[in-house]
Amino acid sequence: MRANRTLEIGTGLFVLLGFAALLFLTTQLPASGLKLGGAKAGYHVTAEFDNVGDLKVGSPVTMSGVSLGEVEDIRFDPKDYKAVVRLRIDPQYRQIPDDSYASIQTQGLLGGKYISLSPGGSDTFLKDGSRIEQTQSAIVLESLINKFFANYMSKGKNDSQGQADAHGKGTDSQGNTESKR
Amino acid sequence: MSNGYLLEGVRRLGSVAIFFFQLLIQCVPALARPRLLLYQIYNAGARSLIIIMLSGLFVGMVLGLQGYDLLQRFGSEEALGTAAALGLLRELAPVITALLFAGRAGTALTSEIGLMRATDQLTAMEIMAVDPLRYVAAPRFLGGVIAMPLLTAIFSVIGLYGAQLIGVQLMGVDRGVFWSQTQASVDLHDVNEGLVKSLVFGVACSLIAVHEGYHAEPTAEGVGLATTRTVVASSVVTLLLDYVLTAEFL
Repeated sequence: MRANRTLEIGTGLFVLLGFAALLFLTTQLPASGLKLGGAKAGYHVTAEFDNVGDLKVGSPVTMSGVSLGEVEDIRFDPKDYKAVVRLRIDPQYRQIPDDSYASIQTQGLLGGKYISLSPGGSDTFLKDGSRIEQTQSAIVLESLINKFFANYMSKGKNDSQGQADAHGKGTDSQGNTESKR
Repeated sequence: MSNGYLLEGVRRLGSVAIFFFQLLIQCVPALARPRLLLYQIYNAGARSLIIIMLSGLFVGMVLGLQGYDLLQRFGSEEALGTAAALGLLRELAPVITALLFAGRAGTALTSEIGLMRATDQLTAMEIMAVDPLRYVAAPRFLGGVIAMPLLTAIFSVIGLYGAQLIGVQLMGVDRGVFWSQTQASVDLHDVNEGLVKSLVFGVACSLIAVHEGYHAEPTAEGVGLATTRTVVASSVVTLLLDYVLTAEFL
């Protein structure tokens, strides 16, 4: 009888553990899954961005490179066509000026996005529910490249007016004519 | 000579296939004795828990170290969580669990059944009109098949914890980034892949172990040989099936 009991408890424990692990893998790991887990301490502020890039829930919020909290929620505001990001700041960082500046930065070359706060000069501080007014959107590399090339092309055209085949010659020859001047 | 080997190989394959079929038929009536099945789940699963958890932890920690070292060369340490989670879920957890299972539980199954064969216990059962396939083989097979996915899931979770331990605690990857990147890149599809793999490996490893024991030569040497064959065949079949399944899933 005794041996039977330990056997049953052992098996029960194993099956329970196995299913708990499965549950964790299926619900917690994929972003599409349920989000369990209690709310963490801290206070919340919101910031609106034109473009959040691939900022994700859970991305860190930093100031001077030190993590102060995390992104808790990202929503789309259909009235202003803006992304509303809710940040949770750890409770020990109470004294962040309310005119601080929030920008979305990239970690490393291929890394994820994070929010960097730069302190403003105000005497009043951010508190629960306040909004960060000054924000800078994520830099989308593709649009940056597009812009650069658009500029470059139109400049090249202006420089080489009169040359009929300027467009066909490609960027290299244009670059050369530019550097000669 | 080589012809004989070839024929022997084909005969063995056929024997396994027939045995598998007979076993499957006996699996349903075997469910009528849940206590037998329970004991086998305990034997194959609960008793392998320590080795699986320890291995999972260390595999995860190594993954954390190696992954960090590799990724920081490209300045993308944040992808560590993704690399560890996908590596564990898709490949490492099912394969290593199956290999450990073959060594830990498969050998035990083979030698147990082989010894039953050697001491004529199986024959005695047949004389008493008790089908040893139903009462000995099927519960052990089913126990292994049920235990394997659960062990794999535990391996994955512990391994991920180990990778997190090294990446976040030791190397200083941000905890939020680690988890958000992981969650952003892991799909239910990946979890499924690991689950299907572990189920297939569970069937393969348990089948080989039970078959080798059941058809072991009824001598001390025969049981030893059968146990060795279990480990070798299970490992090779696991790795081979892993390739096939990976190609299937990608």
